[in-house]
Amino acid sequence: MSEHQLQIRDLTVSYDRIPAVHHVDMTLRCGHRVGLIGPNGAGKSTLLKAVAGLVPLETGSIRLVGHESACHDHGTAYLPQRSAVDWDFPITVRGLVELGRYPALGAFKRYSEADARAVDEALEALQLTELAERQINALSGGQQQRAFLARAWAQNAHIYLLDEPFTGLDKVAQADLRRSIRALADAGKLVICSHHDLHTVPDLFDEVILINGELVAYGPLAGVFTPASIDKTYGTRIFSGHPPHHPPEGTDDDLAH
Amino acid sequence: MTWLIEPLQFEFMQRALLASVLIGFTNGFISGYIVLRRLALLTDALSHSLLPGLAVGAIFFGLAPLGLFFGGLVAAVFVALGGMVVARSSRLKDETAISILYVISFALGIILLKYSRSRVDLGHFLFGNILGVSDSDLWISYLTSFLGITLLIANHRPLLLAIFEPNVARSLGVRVSLLNYMLLGIMVLAMIASLQAVGVVLSLALLILPSATIYVVCDSYDGMLWGGGVLGATGSVIGLYVSYWMDLPSGPSIVLVLGAVFLAAYLFSPRYGVFSRVFKTRHRHEESLRRWEHKH
Repeated sequence: MSEHQLQIRDLTVSYDRIPAVHHVDMTLRCGHRVGLIGPNGAGKSTLLKAVAGLVPLETGSIRLVGHESACHDHGTAYLPQRSAVDWDFPITVRGLVELGRYPALGAFKRYSEADARAVDEALEALQLTELAERQINALSGGQQQRAFLARAWAQNAHIYLLDEPFTGLDKVAQADLRRSIRALADAGKLVICSHHDLHTVPDLFDEVILINGELVAYGPLAGVFTPASIDKTYGTRIFSGHPPHHPPEGTDDDLAH
Repeated sequence: MTWLIEPLQFEFMQRALLASVLIGFTNGFISGYIVLRRLALLTDALSHSLLPGLAVGAIFFGLAPLGLFFGGLVAAVFVALGGMVVARSSRLKDETAISILYVISFALGIILLKYSRSRVDLGHFLFGNILGVSDSDLWISYLTSFLGITLLIANHRPLLLAIFEPNVARSLGVRVSLLNYMLLGIMVLAMIASLQAVGVVLSLALLILPSATIYVVCDSYDGMLWGGGVLGATGSVIGLYVSYWMDLPSGPSIVLVLGAVFLAAYLFSPRYGVFSRVFKTRHRHEESLRRWEHKH
């Protein structure tokens, strides 16, 4: 298994001065399939976006150690939630995967043989070769996810950040996507998926991150994914922007009375 | 063939045809971005906000094209940027903020028009007069077409990424907001350049209809841009001929020709047309029925 790690040190990200993710500190090992688990509003998406470099960090740092591509230097690929994509956009699967070559090309250079080869390889790796000329709106949910993974592959990404990739997939599509994610991890990549269905966790991932604003636990399934720590994640309000005993005026707590 | 050649003996028709090809192609090309980036309503708002700028331009420079041009540019930039500032500094969203500024500036424009020495009338502003384009109007059109299309082609790939997935584009180092400003700037330029010829309402039509038509017919990003340009240009030329032979106002004829093409595409497009959708669902239904009967 690979030696390199994703080091997250003292990470805090806030919206409107309310921290969504609070002093998270952990070191993730590459070559694993990591489930990111927590209740709604626990900061799952925020954590993914922070690692992808899409939101400014208030404190802390994120570094990829022991790998030639630095963390924020296109080594990470972020896959948006499916609902965040305009599926009517006129682009084919191949066109989508070619977008992944953009960082290698910059704005002006033409696609080279090497780029074409990287695109073909990515399509093959995710079993999309036969669908390459399809429009993205003519794909099934699982195929759509794989198309985005193929783009990340063509981008030579090392860290894959997937926001709720299994939501709305049927059994077959879920199995396909699971196989793809396993293939990525076996190739030494780090795959982090936010996920909310606790039943399927043991089937899909080999490590989990439990968060609820703060980090509750991180590690291999066996040690971390226990009833006690799951209760701790979902049962208590470990951290939220409002102090629980003195809700400010006009909050939901007030309206309830 | 006389019907094709006869109008060409008039110099005003030659100019008008040249202007309609230039403006039709440029605006049609840009319309691809407007449709995909969903800027149609913003474009509409900006087009009306040009009025006070034009009025001020007319007060200071008379009807000289360059004066009107810069007046309009300043007004559009003011409303676009002002809208963003208001949206960021209040709870209002962009489209509300920009709408507020555009009605204010439209009202201001009408009052200012009253004081402009040379009489710019509102009808001209709204519908233009392609038969009266001057040399300097044509030069402005050449320049805008060249500048706008060159910039868009040079930034082809980053624009595609930025429009499709702004977040991902940002994480890959594309300067998304800079590209957005550029797109907005080119749009305003194209609008002002076509003002004299077709007026704001019709320039709006040329900035939306061509690619919207292509979008319901085919699935190609490049097709939307180049196809939009070609459709914009041919539609304008055909509209101009129609107006010549049927003695109709030129601007509205152009829009009606483009509108007719759109309607045909909307109804009869093989893949996304209304009729083909109805036909396809029925076809599948019958086919499955037959299979079912076959089994039993």
